[in-house]
Amino acid sequence: MNEPNPEPASTGCPASSAELSRRKFLARLSLAVGGLGAVIVTVPVVGFLLAPFFVRRQEVWRSVGKIESFKIGTTSAVNYEDPSPLPWAGVTAHTAAWLRRVNADTFIAFSINCTHLGCPVRWLPKANLFMCPCHGGVYYEDGTVAAGPPPLPLPRYPVRVKDGEVQIQTSPFPITK
Amino acid sequence: MLKRFLHRVWDWVDDRTGLPAMIGRMATHLVPPDAKWWYVFGSATLCAFMIQVVTGIALAFSYIPSASEAYATLHFISSEAPFGHFLRGLHYYGASAMVLMVGLHMAQVFLAGSYKFPRELNWATGVLLLAFTLVMGFTGQLLRGDQNAVWTVVVAAEQAGRAPFIGQWLAHVILGGDTVGGATLTRFFAIHVFILPGFIFAFVGLHLWLVLRHGISEPPKPGKPVDPKTYRREYQELIEKSGKPFWPDAAWRDVVFCVAMIVVIALLAMVSGAPQLGKAPDPGIIDATPRPDWYFMWYFAVLALLPPETERYLIIYGPLLVGMVLISLPFLFNRGERSPRQRPWAIAVVLMIVLMITTLWVEGVKSPWSPNFKAQPLPASVVGATNGPVFLGAQLFDDKGCLNCHMIADDGGRRGPDLTEVADRLSKNQMILRIANGAGNMPAYAANLTPAQMDALVTFLQTRKRQLP
Repeated sequence: MNEPNPEPASTGCPASSAELSRRKFLARLSLAVGGLGAVIVTVPVVGFLLAPFFVRRQEVWRSVGKIESFKIGTTSAVNYEDPSPLPWAGVTAHTAAWLRRVNADTFIAFSINCTHLGCPVRWLPKANLFMCPCHGGVYYEDGTVAAGPPPLPLPRYPVRVKDGEVQIQTSPFPITK
Repeated sequence: MLKRFLHRVWDWVDDRTGLPAMIGRMATHLVPPDAKWWYVFGSATLCAFMIQVVTGIALAFSYIPSASEAYATLHFISSEAPFGHFLRGLHYYGASAMVLMVGLHMAQVFLAGSYKFPRELNWATGVLLLAFTLVMGFTGQLLRGDQNAVWTVVVAAEQAGRAPFIGQWLAHVILGGDTVGGATLTRFFAIHVFILPGFIFAFVGLHLWLVLRHGISEPPKPGKPVDPKTYRREYQELIEKSGKPFWPDAAWRDVVFCVAMIVVIALLAMVSGAPQLGKAPDPGIIDATPRPDWYFMWYFAVLALLPPETERYLIIYGPLLVGMVLISLPFLFNRGERSPRQRPWAIAVVLMIVLMITTLWVEGVKSPWSPNFKAQPLPASVVGATNGPVFLGAQLFDDKGCLNCHMIADDGGRRGPDLTEVADRLSKNQMILRIANGAGNMPAYAANLTPAQMDALVTFLQTRKRQLP
């Protein structure tokens, strides 16, 4: 019906040396200009993706309960919120700590995260031990390792008593080095 | 009349696009004549991937990639949306099939020595596709947005944290910030839905291009080693002499196998469905039992069983080393015998890996190293007393957490030895020593028990003897 479509023409035509150097220049020009275009697009993209990791977040003190609600010698779970959660964070903005009241005015706030791989350790009040549900890490009541794979004691968060309230300072997730 | 019209349309499209001719040439490229059922796993992987693309797009119509809403949309998809539960099941078992098929494909290619000259890059791109597949499985589990997802991210971040120098930074990149939060899920969504599928499409394209370029490898013959100097010519001669067009001489097997796989996936999706959703993704809920999906269960066991001294190195360098060995395999051994009959070590390697993963997988499912938080207090029939030191000792055995890790009469944990008949093995003093001092995987109880309590506990344990018939 139609004449067949020939292969598109490509190089192969003879060229003078002036033409060749012009071609070389145009190729380099295209690459340079293209590179510039790529940079213009890439910089904001990479910046957008990485910027959050260079922002130092402001840690805050969170009240977790009245001082008299914690009995001396006990360890209890307390919940509080991250310092500045994104509006759509929902329940993922929550975090927890194990709060131990050592005596009248000393508290220890333990991270709930096992130093092995971060799973939430449970406190067994009668056994006086923290146990991890993942790989069998066990800690004593002071957070030191009692058994299993954890390389370090349970991390502690800053804790204070202010106006009759126990307060814990928010902290980044404790990642074992 | 209509037929003639369609013919003319077809010719027109062919002329203007050139595609039908090109696709025809690709589809009918010549393949070795005895490439039989062993050759279906690659296309089955692709087929599973297509299922993932289609079901994934469908799920995305209802899924909201937001930390506060993903979980709710998962509930909606699972229990309210028509076909939703089935669709989730398809996506889950499709993923399972893809992991399985990629493994079988790899084992087959390895055993048949098909990775050798000139197909080194077929293998290398395949290894990358394996990695992408595994990361897809991992990120997919996270998108469920339930409690297990939260702890899976945390466990991943902790592993990355062991890397030298950049560990902390990497961990924060995985968490999407200083903690799990609003940013975590959206980032994994973008990776799972845009970035990795993009990579998979690109590398599948490259992988298939290489298959066309070098041809499907002929089934290996013992005593016919690959020699890079002559291989291409010999392959060309074989193909010209006895090659068959891929479509339909070989493709029909791929189609049959793929459809059989789809039927199995659909049946599984219907009968057992996708994994149940866990609790809400609240990192403040301490009551959690994080477990990976089945295809990582064996690795969960690896992480539990690594000797602690080696752990900080192996967590990072182990997977890197495995990746490097896999990628470099065809460059180190690109010639010589292909037939598994002449390469017994190749069979041994595959068998060993299969055995290792299966054993670890079984251990992972049982996870004997995890304390059993569901252990029930020992009943009076087992204790054998309702008051006195034996009774008190049994109570302490439960209270002090012994039962979480030790079994008595089929109740309790599996971390430590079964103590049902412990009095046959250990004297009273040996027991006291063990309990007071602990061991590598047992806490020391010296400061945790009064002398009277220790006495009661040991008195109870001394009654744990073999029952005479």
